[in-house]
Amino acid sequence: MKPSSLLAPVLALAPASAMAGSISIDLSRLSVAEYHRPYVAIWIEGAGIQPRTVAVWYDADHRGDPGTKWLSDLRGWWRVAGRNIGTPPSGISGATRAPGHHTIPLPADLKPGVYTLKVEAARETGGRELVSVPFTLPRTGGKGAGNGAGGEIGAVAVTLP
Amino acid sequence: MANFIMFKSLALLVGASALALPMTASAHRQWLLPVATTYSGEDPWASVDAAVSNDLFFPDHFPIQLAQIKVTAPDGTAGAIEHGITARHRSTFDVHLTQPGTWKIGTEGFNVMGSFKVDGVEKRVGRRPGPPPGAMGPGGAPGRAPVESVALDAIPANATDLKLTEAISRNEIFVTRGAPTTALFKPSGKGLEFDPLTHPDDLVANEPGKFRFLIDGQPAKGLKLTVIPGGKRYRDAEGGYDVTTDANGVATVKWTGAGMYWMTISATDNKPTTPRATERRMTYTATVEVMAP
Repeated sequence: MKPSSLLAPVLALAPASAMAGSISIDLSRLSVAEYHRPYVAIWIEGAGIQPRTVAVWYDADHRGDPGTKWLSDLRGWWRVAGRNIGTPPSGISGATRAPGHHTIPLPADLKPGVYTLKVEAARETGGRELVSVPFTLPRTGGKGAGNGAGGEIGAVAVTLP
Repeated sequence: MANFIMFKSLALLVGASALALPMTASAHRQWLLPVATTYSGEDPWASVDAAVSNDLFFPDHFPIQLAQIKVTAPDGTAGAIEHGITARHRSTFDVHLTQPGTWKIGTEGFNVMGSFKVDGVEKRVGRRPGPPPGAMGPGGAPGRAPVESVALDAIPANATDLKLTEAISRNEIFVTRGAPTTALFKPSGKGLEFDPLTHPDDLVANEPGKFRFLIDGQPAKGLKLTVIPGGKRYRDAEGGYDVTTDANGVATVKWTGAGMYWMTISATDNKPTTPRATERRMTYTATVEVMAP
């Protein structure tokens, strides 16, 4: 089936536990003549840890082309993590996603600390954008933190456990 | 053997043309310009333009000859150029990045030139540089004929007033498939060398690049690295600037924005390796890509 089937079990996990954290991302619906779904990388940076890739949505089967040629267009992610990974493994890779609201789980094994969620999008014939959302575990205040850009990426939010 | 001889003579030609640039008042610069320096995917190809011109990177003068280009793969083996063409103003070629890691693509020049006297008559050593045959492109005018002069090994024993300069130049770009590697930067301990502390394929506009330069393996302090951003055609000023190497031979370069930059550094000393030469002039040039943050 399509690579998107790989993500189905992951998505199902998101609402499974009320204690789990989640990441939500709005991919903007853009009124342009030639629209391609963006490549998206989602990763977490924190002091003392290697940048941790949570998900990479890309076109792994573009008419037989592996689509990895364009991963370096996600230049922020490529520099800190992507180039060390090469082809994203199935645990984190997924097909590109349509505009709209998407939710994926926040990794459950993050140790207490101060982190930044990074969401980067790059679109063929379109723009590139990076959104950062700082968060702290365990949470010190409300359950959520958010940020937005308004171009390729709409609102990005972290819901803390 | 025939190939070796051909290589030697090419290397001399390279030396002659490369060397003239920093020595003359003309600002003609040799440059290599990769389309990109960072590549992902299973089958990446780097595409490169190579030319000589005043403005960077605006090819309006002469192409660099493809025979001068040398490719080194991340594991140190020789790579190859493909799809090469030499047009009126520039050469263009591809390098198939068949190995992950950092590749080096560039030219090297070694030349000895100068003068001496025999019975009070001055003679020259080395060629006067001119565009090599074919440099004007297919169907173009032939290059200027080199001025005949005495070969280095034909200097007679009774020569006096020997003034011989050994000139060594390199002009390089680095392209990386996947994660950058540093094997190609291991210094040889000979001549002027580029020993980057910041990987040249890991430059970002809001972070300074730190590049060490060595001469015979020792820090080259107090040298002037000239840094020129591309795109002068669309500005009033060239926008170049100089950075001086510190006591550790390190030049700390702040970028004026994302884009391609041409950098060059020269040093002269009295430690030539060529017998009877009195001076050594060393030039290192590189084009680097600085990404937006």
